[in-house]
Amino acid sequence: MASKRAVTVLRPAVDGLGPRLLRINCAQKTVNTTRTISSQASRPRKLAQQQPQQVRYASSGAEKEQVSRTALYELHSKYGAKFVPFGGYSMPVQYSDLSIVDSHHWTRENASLFDVGHMVQHHFTGPGAEAFLERITPTSITSLPEHQSTLSTLLHPGSGGIIDDTVITRLPGKFYVVTNAGCREKDTAYFKEQLEAWKSEHSDQPVEWKILDGQGLIALQGPKSAEALARILDDKTKGDLKSLYFGQCVFATVNGTDAEVLVSRAGYTGEDGFEISIPPHATEAVTQFLLDLAKDELRFAGLGARDTLRLEAGMCLYGHDLDDTTTPVEAALSWIIGKDRRAKGGFHGDSVILQQLKKKSEGGGVSRRRIGLIVEGSPAREGAKIVNEAGEEIGNITSGCPSPTLKKNISMGYIKDGMHKAGTEVEVVVRGKKRKAVVTKMPFVPSKYHKQPTTAKA
Amino acid sequence: MAARSTVARAARQLTFAAARRPAPFVCQKWQAQAQKQRLFSVSGALKEKKYTEDHEWIEMSSDGKICTLGISEYAAKALGDVVYIELPQTDMEVSEGDAIGAVESVKSASDILTPISGTVKEVNSELENKPANINKDPEGDSWIAKIAVEGEPAGKLMSKEEYTAFTEDA
Repeated sequence: MASKRAVTVLRPAVDGLGPRLLRINCAQKTVNTTRTISSQASRPRKLAQQQPQQVRYASSGAEKEQVSRTALYELHSKYGAKFVPFGGYSMPVQYSDLSIVDSHHWTRENASLFDVGHMVQHHFTGPGAEAFLERITPTSITSLPEHQSTLSTLLHPGSGGIIDDTVITRLPGKFYVVTNAGCREKDTAYFKEQLEAWKSEHSDQPVEWKILDGQGLIALQGPKSAEALARILDDKTKGDLKSLYFGQCVFATVNGTDAEVLVSRAGYTGEDGFEISIPPHATEAVTQFLLDLAKDELRFAGLGARDTLRLEAGMCLYGHDLDDTTTPVEAALSWIIGKDRRAKGGFHGDSVILQQLKKKSEGGGVSRRRIGLIVEGSPAREGAKIVNEAGEEIGNITSGCPSPTLKKNISMGYIKDGMHKAGTEVEVVVRGKKRKAVVTKMPFVPSKYHKQPTTAKA
Repeated sequence: MAARSTVARAARQLTFAAARRPAPFVCQKWQAQAQKQRLFSVSGALKEKKYTEDHEWIEMSSDGKICTLGISEYAAKALGDVVYIELPQTDMEVSEGDAIGAVESVKSASDILTPISGTVKEVNSELENKPANINKDPEGDSWIAKIAVEGEPAGKLMSKEEYTAFTEDA
């Protein structure tokens, strides 16, 4: 009974038994975790900083799992974070000063700071790095300019299913790659195996791979992000921020420190913003500096707001909206497949993916596609079925929540090809009842990226 | 925080509940209630409020025929901003342990379980239009349903004190 009690507050609803990060049972775990934390936090600070990872909790069900902490763990505690286990880390889901909805609005109106240090940061170097990345992703890496990032996917050989989604950046002399925390083990095994195979076939083009252990990563998101960030940067970079456009990045120095950080104009909310990669020793100090100097416009935000923001922005969460059996074409991510890659292929799963890109009349297409839905009445969450007029199942929901911005229920899911056009009326079954839903273009909330003006092309 | 919101709620009910009370037999009952300091309900003399391990509360009418059901303050707080409440239908027959409705917040969806069998006689339909009300007064004005019952609840129920200890213990 006790263990059952620890994982349910109210019983999770019938439609949506999937492992969602924000179930009420997570909130309950939060209580447990927070308690463990307070005893940990009373330890001398230095100790915790020296050993920020692999802290083991005695909470129920976690006996075998090791839960890690990011470099900002103590700072989160100080700001009233409620923690939940996520991707092998104990991560803030929200903070005591703002509810999830308030934090969501705060991000769209001001600026929020997210700790994304649980994500895995990699460097790929060596003469074979470019060709290696072109083999495991459908991205046109050769045409990726220096200091430019792009969304991509790691692909299964043969099937073209998505191992993980990732952001790849070309830096001078290397590639900087960020992957999901939840896929850490799977990705590591994949990279090892793929590099092994590469080595045996291309011994003349070596690739070196390094995981940036302990490297901090924070995301600054919202219309006031640039203003907040400018306060901590050296004068030169401060001036450059205006011409740092979405998808670009720059190395910068934080005022009064020797910490060199990588500032990428990117994000997971649809707002203007930055992701900042910080050396391990400086992560906490830089973050605190930022919070102190941007007190009026900047607040910490947790996984709760991050999930509702990314859903409004129509962005995928791996393990929910993407998985090993889904190809980029099915996932409505065909845009990540480079022009030259469509012509020549040469990446994992290319025969499957290139065939899917062809017209139906040429035997191409896919049987299901990722779409957005606006659902009447009750929110439709992961696991809910999409049905047609006759009540036949034609798809399923992979993510869903009430949209704080739109005040409507938004969902993401997969639907039978042909039913995927915007405006198509379908029904979604929640708790045994059919609810009206309309296929809707994503993003649900228009993105506000700081984009390079198209007229300034010449 | 918790203490403050409880006080505020009691105060609010003092003001509004009295005004809304139906005219006949008001005085006597109101007084009887005031003496017993039962400020958290709109109906007359009631038996003690009981709580389930799934964070619902029930309150039996004095004659033991009507059971009012809602979700606890602890649950409402844990759920966060509630955006949708699915209410049972009136005249629906329910059995102990049935999910009779659901509460949807930005975070999660949770079933409302009944700890007692019976027939749904009345639902708080105001919650359909103003689901957020449940965050304000889950154990008072924002009750979920009234169920006509014929027996006592069979499962484990807790008193306020036991439930508070249970939630602190969880």
